[in-house]
Amino acid sequence: MEILGLTPALLVLFVSFGFMVGVLFGFFGMGGSFLITPTLLILDYPASVAIGSGLAFYFGTSVIAVLKHYDVGQVDYKLGAILFVVLSVGIELGSRLVFGLEALGIANLVTGVAYVVLLAGIGALFLHRAYTLDDAEGTAEDVDDDIPAIGQQIQSYTIPPMISLTSGGRASLWTISGAGGSVGLVSGLIGVGGGFIRMPAIYYLIGTPLTAAVGTSLFAGLFSGAFGTFTYGMSGSVDLTVVSLLLVGSALGARIGSASTTIVDEDDVIVYFGLMMVFASIGIAISELANWLGTGALDLVSVFLLVGSSFAVALLILYQALAAVGRDDARMRPTTDGGDR
Amino acid sequence: MIEPVALPAPIQAVLLVAVILVQAVVLYAGYGVVERVATPLIEMITDA
Repeated sequence: MEILGLTPALLVLFVSFGFMVGVLFGFFGMGGSFLITPTLLILDYPASVAIGSGLAFYFGTSVIAVLKHYDVGQVDYKLGAILFVVLSVGIELGSRLVFGLEALGIANLVTGVAYVVLLAGIGALFLHRAYTLDDAEGTAEDVDDDIPAIGQQIQSYTIPPMISLTSGGRASLWTISGAGGSVGLVSGLIGVGGGFIRMPAIYYLIGTPLTAAVGTSLFAGLFSGAFGTFTYGMSGSVDLTVVSLLLVGSALGARIGSASTTIVDEDDVIVYFGLMMVFASIGIAISELANWLGTGALDLVSVFLLVGSSFAVALLILYQALAAVGRDDARMRPTTDGGDR
Repeated sequence: MIEPVALPAPIQAVLLVAVILVQAVVLYAGYGVVERVATPLIEMITDA
């Protein structure tokens, strides 16, 4: 029996996976599309459909994020508009590259390898952050990141034309185009929204203040997500059923995840998030190895590592949130002598 | 997969973007209403 062209098992998997991804990324403040594309690849969707559907999911979550953060504070609209144009050019080039790689029969391999590197990198960054948080607790030092030397070097370039930023600074159009175009290329090539690289690129390379970088990244991301969906939609490479099911779960999960940030300490779960990314990376590597060996025997292990680790960390957040609510209730309940515990 | 009717590719792609946009807005608003209705109900049940 099939519903909307999917088996009931897949239908439940997509809604529940969307929910868990929503919890995770509502909690950690990311879009989560970079878990969707590799999962679709493991489930044997063609690379272009996996990437197109990942971008469409990112667009849907961006709309929800913009609605949630309608008061995004500072948005540099001029920079956002320029970024939208260069991001769109990058996405278009990335998508053409994917269709070219598909024609050569190596799109799934290239995308898979890119994800292995990307997720392992993000996992390593989060594990490093967990490690520095531990250190900071011991030494009580400020762990705010300074702008690295390479960022300062790039910001110092004054190749005309120079663009005035709302924050008062100025940035070379070449720097903006290079940073935005590269992020767009990665987005179009592997189907991620790219918020986790776009915001740092705006902050570190273009040099806007952090609050403006967040708002401008959100603004540019919404439109580039729409453009990415349009580009892949033109070739019919977006599975609307899958995207819709994922969004149904994700919109609810994101609410619960973002509400949990007020009652669960991020430092308590950040190390598990880092490990989840590393497990996801290993899962995709195993899937690629299985494809190379021509066996489907390892597919179950890949799905277990990728989807299972996401479920485990999301359930951990939900468990900690429920435990915190339970503790608060117990404290608020009046004692027999009339006072609060 | 939901198959769109036979329209030119750019129109189909624009419709796709519009459908996802509307779906996201409806989900955001819908879950917001559910949250507003459910929260007092849950509090009432747990306080009883």
